[in-house]
Amino acid sequence: MKDGYYSIEQVFRIKAWDFASAGEASSQIKKILKQLGIDPALTRRVTIAAYEAEMNLIIHSVGGEMRLKVTPQSIIVTAEDRGPGIPDIALAMQEGYSTAPEIARELGFGAGMGLPNIKRCADRLNIQSSVGKGTLLEMYFDIKAG
Amino acid sequence: MKIQEICNLLNATVLAGQELLDREVFSACASDLMSDILSYVKNQTILLTGLTNAHVIKMAEFLEVTAIVFVGGRMPADEVVDMARNMGIAVLATQYTMYEACGRLYSAGLPGCTRES
Repeated sequence: MKDGYYSIEQVFRIKAWDFASAGEASSQIKKILKQLGIDPALTRRVTIAAYEAEMNLIIHSVGGEMRLKVTPQSIIVTAEDRGPGIPDIALAMQEGYSTAPEIARELGFGAGMGLPNIKRCADRLNIQSSVGKGTLLEMYFDIKAG
Repeated sequence: MKIQEICNLLNATVLAGQELLDREVFSACASDLMSDILSYVKNQTILLTGLTNAHVIKMAEFLEVTAIVFVGGRMPADEVVDMARNMGIAVLATQYTMYEACGRLYSAGLPGCTRES
């Protein structure tokens, strides 16, 4: 498929610390995939990964956006923020490692399982981060011919 | 195991989803950590938790959890229960602690969820 062409592309803005709207982008993503008739098990994996990424943006970033792209072959969810960036990605990928503040932990977040969960759900994962600039997380999911 | 049986074993109050008590579940997951729940829960599962905030309900919707059991006598706010009702998720509340509630269900033959690989 020609680069830049997608069957569907949708952008969701995510505000830092906006716990009241938390999960809305992921909920929309789930709805869209359901409408497209994507396999329920795949939809579930995408939604879980999207939700973890959305919560990461809310809890850790200064704000950013999520993007859903669906092609006939794949689903791509990206989460991009404008900072603060992850100093040590390998450490952030470790199960149980968390820098979530107390307010997030009180709600049940901050188990240090967000990125590991995303890795488990996605078929491929690309994470780039630069301290002071921001983080780009790209999650790829293959649509298998049914 | 039917939700009705879970309700009986836990001597639970049904806060929402009285009409869903006939639904069958095959496993259970218990945690107060969102990400733990996200990594373990499968289809047709019940979730036992002490967290009563609205995030739990949103997450339960993503995971298509059949029922949520609030343990240790914790009661969610009415709007949290309403949210679950609108999503078609049964909500139970039990006085049993997390440990005892899990023990009762496990002894009755309801297995735990294993992590999705």
